[in-house]
Amino acid sequence: MAWLAKSLNSSLGKKLIMAITGLFLISFLLVHCGLNATIFLNDGGAAFNEGAEFMAHNPIIRTMEIVLFGGLLLHIFDGLRLWLANKKKRPVAYAVVDGAANSKWYSRSMGLLGTLLLIFLIVHLRHFWYFSRLTNDLTETHTLYNEMQIVFQSPIVVLIYVLGCISLGYHLLHGFQSAFQTMGWNHPKYTPTIKTIGAIYSIIIAALFAAMPIAFYFNLIQ
Amino acid sequence: MEGNLNLTLKIWRQKNARVAGKFETYQVSGISTDMSFLEMIDVLNNRLIEEGDDPVAFDHDCREGICGMCSMYINGRPHGPNRGVTTCQLHMRSFKDGQTITVEPWRSSAFPVIKDLVVNRSAFDRIIAAGGFVSVNTGNAQDANSLPIPKENADQAFAAAACIGCGACVAACKNASAMLFTSAKISQLALLPQGQVEAGKRAEAMVAQMDEEGFGACSNTGACEAECPKGISLENIARMNREYFSSTFSSK
Amino acid sequence: MTKLDAKIPEGSLAEKWTKYRSSVPLVNPANKRSLEIVIVGSGLAGASAAASLAELGYKVKVFCFQDSPRRAHSIAAQGGINAAKNYQNDGDSIYRLFYDTIKGGDYRSREANVHRLAEVSGSIIDQCVAQGVPFAREYGGLLSNRSFGGTQVQRTFYAAGQTGQQLLLGAYSSLQRQVGMGNVKMYTRHEMLDVVTIDGKARGIIARDSVTGALERHFGHAVLLCTGGYGNVFYLSTNAMGSNVTAAWKAHKKGAFIANPCYTQIHPTCIPVSGDHQSKLTLMSESLRNDGRIWVPKKENDTRKANEIPEEERDYYLERRYPAFGNLVPRDIASRAAKERCDAGFGVGASKMAVYLDYAAAIIRYGQGEANKHNMQNPSYEEIQAMGKAVVKEKYGNLFDMYKQITGEDPYEVPMRIYPAVHYTMGGLWVDYNLMTTVPGLYALGEANFSDHGANRLGASALMQGLADGYFVIPYTIGAYLASEIRTPAMSTDSAPFVAAEKEVRERLETLMNIKGNKPVDYFHKRLGKIMWDECGMARSEKGLKASIKEIQALQKEFWSDVKIPGEIDNLNPELEKAGRVADFLELGELMCIDALDRNESCGGHFRTEYQTEDGEALRDDKNYAYVAAWEYEKQSTFKLHKEELKYENIKIAQRSYK
Repeated sequence: MAWLAKSLNSSLGKKLIMAITGLFLISFLLVHCGLNATIFLNDGGAAFNEGAEFMAHNPIIRTMEIVLFGGLLLHIFDGLRLWLANKKKRPVAYAVVDGAANSKWYSRSMGLLGTLLLIFLIVHLRHFWYFSRLTNDLTETHTLYNEMQIVFQSPIVVLIYVLGCISLGYHLLHGFQSAFQTMGWNHPKYTPTIKTIGAIYSIIIAALFAAMPIAFYFNLIQ
Repeated sequence: MEGNLNLTLKIWRQKNARVAGKFETYQVSGISTDMSFLEMIDVLNNRLIEEGDDPVAFDHDCREGICGMCSMYINGRPHGPNRGVTTCQLHMRSFKDGQTITVEPWRSSAFPVIKDLVVNRSAFDRIIAAGGFVSVNTGNAQDANSLPIPKENADQAFAAAACIGCGACVAACKNASAMLFTSAKISQLALLPQGQVEAGKRAEAMVAQMDEEGFGACSNTGACEAECPKGISLENIARMNREYFSSTFSSK
Repeated sequence: MTKLDAKIPEGSLAEKWTKYRSSVPLVNPANKRSLEIVIVGSGLAGASAAASLAELGYKVKVFCFQDSPRRAHSIAAQGGINAAKNYQNDGDSIYRLFYDTIKGGDYRSREANVHRLAEVSGSIIDQCVAQGVPFAREYGGLLSNRSFGGTQVQRTFYAAGQTGQQLLLGAYSSLQRQVGMGNVKMYTRHEMLDVVTIDGKARGIIARDSVTGALERHFGHAVLLCTGGYGNVFYLSTNAMGSNVTAAWKAHKKGAFIANPCYTQIHPTCIPVSGDHQSKLTLMSESLRNDGRIWVPKKENDTRKANEIPEEERDYYLERRYPAFGNLVPRDIASRAAKERCDAGFGVGASKMAVYLDYAAAIIRYGQGEANKHNMQNPSYEEIQAMGKAVVKEKYGNLFDMYKQITGEDPYEVPMRIYPAVHYTMGGLWVDYNLMTTVPGLYALGEANFSDHGANRLGASALMQGLADGYFVIPYTIGAYLASEIRTPAMSTDSAPFVAAEKEVRERLETLMNIKGNKPVDYFHKRLGKIMWDECGMARSEKGLKASIKEIQALQKEFWSDVKIPGEIDNLNPELEKAGRVADFLELGELMCIDALDRNESCGGHFRTEYQTEDGEALRDDKNYAYVAAWEYEKQSTFKLHKEELKYENIKIAQRSYK
């Protein structure tokens, strides 16, 4: 297995880990967002609670949850490892950098966006995952849906969530297509399509997620 | 197109690799817009010599954009404000009267400064020595036309082979990564049947050397492609990744 | 007068090389491992020789003054490389390539060498393709060819407008492969400052590490100079800024003869000088003359803009003077004609030292062709123009862009201004058939030698010669010398000749640093360049040459008393490097004028105003000047002429005419 360690510890290998874990997290977001979007059915959270119930007790999902955390930690660990290594490659910084002339700001700020996301994620997990999995407060009368209604009464929380979603959108905007590039999937015929799908995905996911706390706060859904 | 400029130059001065450097400010006046950027530095240097100062050391040779020796980081961009040109082909008409221009050397731990704006790019030579070739001795070749190559592949190989090894990709990259340079050679040879034979081993050897030299990883920002004076495409990096992983995962 | 022995093998022309190759002494592999070869220069000739010799098993050291062997100025060659492959089935053959080269060289090159060059030309293409050089290809996957000046067949292989780059990178990758395997030790940022001779044989070099300023001694059983041409003696040329004659000149002072130094090629289509600040000139590929029309105003000192001058007031002087070849006359003729018009006061642009290269007619011609192709009825003038521009863009787009980048003018809208510029030097170190100079063990390859191009080089032949010498000639011919050196062990560099040579180099550098005069090196270089360009450039005269020799001698004195070199001797010091090179150029310039003065005829790139026909064409004197002028260094400003008679046994000498 020395070959695998060698391959994955190379500068290319580290990127491959980022890409694979990134794509895995992207697929998770799709499920998460899809399920949460059922709140917009405006059925008082019936469909949402049913889905949440399923997610909480299905053994496959519970197993995947562990894999998910593993993937997330690997993504974070590998990202940190890359960030630390890359930082050393330019010991003397430039006095003037015109980054906007050659690249998008968010593509250069993946570490920063990722850090913001991590902070947001801790807040988010504390709000809901901790509530639903680690406490016994979840009851027939106090559903996860009710908890959302409560949490999103605070304008500060809503603001944190919206900012978190914006960070997520930009992180995805670069991350989606970047993952394909790292895995070697760059082709003049398909890459423009991948980029378009990536952009649509990033905007929809970020916008939908951001719409949830806003909708609760302004009582747009009951 | 005619005209003269007065400029403020902030240039990195560093006596040698062992001492720290700092910026010095110079005023130059009467700079013709027809001058190349390097000719403008020539004017400054001749003045410094006459005043008894040490002229600014910089790398340059062909001054027609092909040798890859010139290497200045001008106002935050490798080779200056224009796309698709080297420093020697950058002309002063791209600047405005009264402008301040900051000139720095390529910055990378793999490209240590030798003096002023001169850096050591031998790391690139070592990456090529690690595998950037087809293992064919002189005299072993078969007839040139015995191996037809699709025009599309030949053209793509040429586009990758147009790399001049200047290092602007490293200078532009926030991680000082040499992936565009390395992948251009890996791509060129992987696209041709004569180079395909050892494509996997080549990718492994060149990537290993690239990492050993202290270049960073790729964040896919695309800055290297945008700043490359020869327009080398990011597709090459994707191809390098394919060659590398298919080799490390499939070789016995 | 010593007789120069060119060591040309016996036998018929077509068999000489084959027979010689099979009978030249060999060195067995075990002995090769203990034979060391020093190679100076890493261009096409140097890199190909280094790779090939290392593959054979010799221990090789390569030196280049640039930061990487890939920077050598071979990289800037645009057009292509000739080879007698006859892939086009258009009647090409080794003999035709041989014949075209001799004729193109105005009958001043050596038959046997040129024939060998033509013989190995095909193998060069094979070798380069095997290395992964991406030559242009047709849709069927086979190699594409284009035509070039001075030939009637299509034998030029190319990689867009970057053929030199691709060939050099091919040779460079072979070289780096040997570096990686430990067979070649590469010394970058090292400049050779002297050849060391022991008992009359070349045994090594003294090199300066440009970064630390340290002088180093390097031993070699043989020393190969692959150091290119000396066009920078003119200050402005299409050469790289660092291209220099120093290695060849040091060899000259140690006994190597320099042959035909006055033969320089002035390329007709370069971007003209824009001001005193100009540091170098840029070539625009010869291919532009295929479609462009060259003209000047009929009226002297016409200050109107090009587009304001009506058709009937334009003088298409090449078409007027040479109706048969028109704008496609050879380089030397086109260059001289441009100079004649400008000197007569018809030049254009701010400097009045330029002529127009006009694409307006070609744009309309192509546009109409496109209209016909698309069956357009009564297309408007604008439509025709737009379509024509698109065709021109496809063919010459990168050149037009380069022109625009440098001049700031759009060549699609206004005619390009062009003027001739120094491009290549046919002269160089005299070598025999083995490429050995008059110093045993010292070789010269590529542009550094004089052997193959006579008085004028054909387009796309320089790349061919550099690679022929390195890949396919020297690996064989060096055996003739090294086979007798197998009993010579590697020598200590502590021996007296090495110590003395290093001391001499050190003293010279110290002398330069200690002049502490008033003028930067460039000041002297520019003045030398002006003298050379005015009097030893496109036209030379006895009076001008004699005056120039005196002027150059005075300039030498001034240089050695008034040059100002800043910085330190033991640090990176580009001014010190330049000073050493310019000091050598100052001596070479003098010899070039002496050689030009000696040659009382006009041939190829050498045009003496006293020797021209009634209508201003070059007048050769085959009876008295069919020789190679090889100059021996005796002492400062004193050179002894040795003549190598040129015998034409296979070609009948004829007058060149393009009327």
